[in-house]
Amino acid sequence: FLGAGGGNDIQWCFSQVKGAVDDDVAEADIISTVEFNHSGELLATGDKGGRVVIFQQEQENKTQSHSRGEYNVYSTFQSHEPEFDYLKSLEIEEKINKIRWLPQKNAAQFLLSTNDKTIKLWKISERDKRPEGYNLKEEDGRYRDPTTVTTLRVPVFRPMDLMVEASPRRIFANAHTYHINSISINSDYETYLSADDLRINLWHLEITDRSFNIVDIKPANMEELTEVITAAEFHPNSCSTFVYSSSKGTIRLCDMRTSALCDRHSKLFEEPEDPSNRSFFSEIISSISDVKFSHSGRYMMTRDYLSVKIWDLNMENRPVETYQVHEYLRSKLCSLYENDCIFDKFECCWNGSDRQVEFFSLIVMTGSYNNFFRMFDRNTKRDITLEASRENNKPRTVLKPRKVCASGKRKKDEISVDSLDFNKKILHTAWHPKENIIAVATTNNLYIFQDKMN
Amino acid sequence: MFMRGLKRKCFDGEEDIEGTLAGIKAIPSYNLQRQSLLDMSLVKLQLCHMLVEPNLCRSVLIANTVRQIQEEMTQDGTWQMINTQSTGQAPLDRLVSTDILCRSSRDQAEGKHVPGYGTFNKDFESDQAQDSSETLSAASSVQAPRNLQSNVWEMENPQENKGNFQKSLDQIFETLENKSPNSVEDLFSEVDNSYYDLDTMLTGMMSNTKMGHCDSIETFSSPTNTASNSNCKSDLNELDHIVEILVES
Repeated sequence: FLGAGGGNDIQWCFSQVKGAVDDDVAEADIISTVEFNHSGELLATGDKGGRVVIFQQEQENKTQSHSRGEYNVYSTFQSHEPEFDYLKSLEIEEKINKIRWLPQKNAAQFLLSTNDKTIKLWKISERDKRPEGYNLKEEDGRYRDPTTVTTLRVPVFRPMDLMVEASPRRIFANAHTYHINSISINSDYETYLSADDLRINLWHLEITDRSFNIVDIKPANMEELTEVITAAEFHPNSCSTFVYSSSKGTIRLCDMRTSALCDRHSKLFEEPEDPSNRSFFSEIISSISDVKFSHSGRYMMTRDYLSVKIWDLNMENRPVETYQVHEYLRSKLCSLYENDCIFDKFECCWNGSDRQVEFFSLIVMTGSYNNFFRMFDRNTKRDITLEASRENNKPRTVLKPRKVCASGKRKKDEISVDSLDFNKKILHTAWHPKENIIAVATTNNLYIFQDKMN
Repeated sequence: MFMRGLKRKCFDGEEDIEGTLAGIKAIPSYNLQRQSLLDMSLVKLQLCHMLVEPNLCRSVLIANTVRQIQEEMTQDGTWQMINTQSTGQAPLDRLVSTDILCRSSRDQAEGKHVPGYGTFNKDFESDQAQDSSETLSAASSVQAPRNLQSNVWEMENPQENKGNFQKSLDQIFETLENKSPNSVEDLFSEVDNSYYDLDTMLTGMMSNTKMGHCDSIETFSSPTNTASNSNCKSDLNELDHIVEILVES
């Protein structure tokens, strides 16, 4: 098992599962993004149907000291609708690609959600009081006959059932020709970036009719295109620094102070290819699907098809650590290319930490196939494979570690590579920012696991 | 330039062949497998240009794979076959244009699947997988690609799928027609109509590759094998030609 900081092992237990039980998955229900807010009290998911569902953690129940609060539905709203681009004769999918929360400044919560083309700033606010006692209106809104008004009164606020409202406050549109894959809020909390396949734009949260293009890798002749942007993120502390990853397995760090257009990187992170593993699929599996800074910003983590790599920002020529997620797939790359699984974009995340100190960025989590997900402990170098499945849904029972047998004799309880279900992929996972609570998305279900509290 | 033995690792099940009855059943040649990968990639590229809006990252990665294969074939000398077959319309070193990857046609959305992809491809790919797995030696790993396929895909009616394909191609031409009627005449006037019979072209590709796979055992070092390879190349050349036309329009 894993250690976390002070040497306490984390033992993961099933807590909740959200979503339909059917095996028949409705396309609109496919979860496409998962994100905790900064306090961890709220957990947002986006789906292929353009909807956002926000869960809220219950206040801790003092009598039930052995479990943390459960997550229940707080708000559901339609963030994006399908659109039609008449100029190109194309449909624009409503699928939510990313959600990012803003830090909370007042009673309301704000998040950015994006589909392929348009980013929206949503305000989620609570209403638990309403004014009553109008002079000219009845309670149901009908106007009173003025002649019947004999006295005047001052309307007062009375409690009502909690209502959570989501309203779009800003719509940032028409800035992306290609499909948006990332949004990232700057540490100044005033600006954010959005990245598509070929360009990155910088926005101000208050201004929707203008954005600055800060990276453009579109070649003059599209026939020369060989590399696209796959992910981008702002540095957690330095508001002029950001990174973006590419389909060729490189990460570029850029400083916005050097020039208006950051086409020339300040740093280029790339690991030389291992010649013994070279194949026609080498480039495809090197394509980076996600990049995440560590809490302090000293390190960053990248996910490619088979591995997770940790990079020290001070060392460009190779990662400091590499973790194999499912190396047993290396001999199956041809089949995975055939059925397109080789293009699956897995995300990765760090453990939560209540301090912005490097010491606490210790555990890495990422998904795999067969509804398996993996965790790597940077300290102990131990790793674990767990499964998100309704069969394990006994609360407070520790999840059993899983093992995939690559070849040869299969031990009891092991699963052979050939029996893996490649339709069941975990692409999106999230870790509570402060506690050991994780959210793991299968195709259309959201699982919540907690560590076993003693 | 890499040793042949090294490259073979990329194809499934290869490592389990060693030490089995390899002497009796011939291992499909590296060239054949490479050819099949090339054909598969081209079909993927064609299909994604048919979809509503292709995933650019995926298209670029597939196109790069095609380039790699073509580069290696050029170095090998196997690409030279095209020289004799070519009508001189396309430059020899012209690779599949990536510009086509960024275009899309007004197309009805193909039935979206999880993982979403064109319906036609499934049948072709499962055929491919079964063929390649048949020609691999009788190790237990042979089952691996099949299971992988059956886990992910269900077999579809091939006839229906070909129909979809033809329909999609028709819609592309319809789009072109609506834009500028005059140019359409020019478009079609210089070109042999058989290029647009997609069924024939793809059938040609499929039967060539199928023949390539099934016959590799019997005709491993025979001239017929080489000929089938070059047929694939000429089909590739035709594809290049179509791509060129569509790009120029």
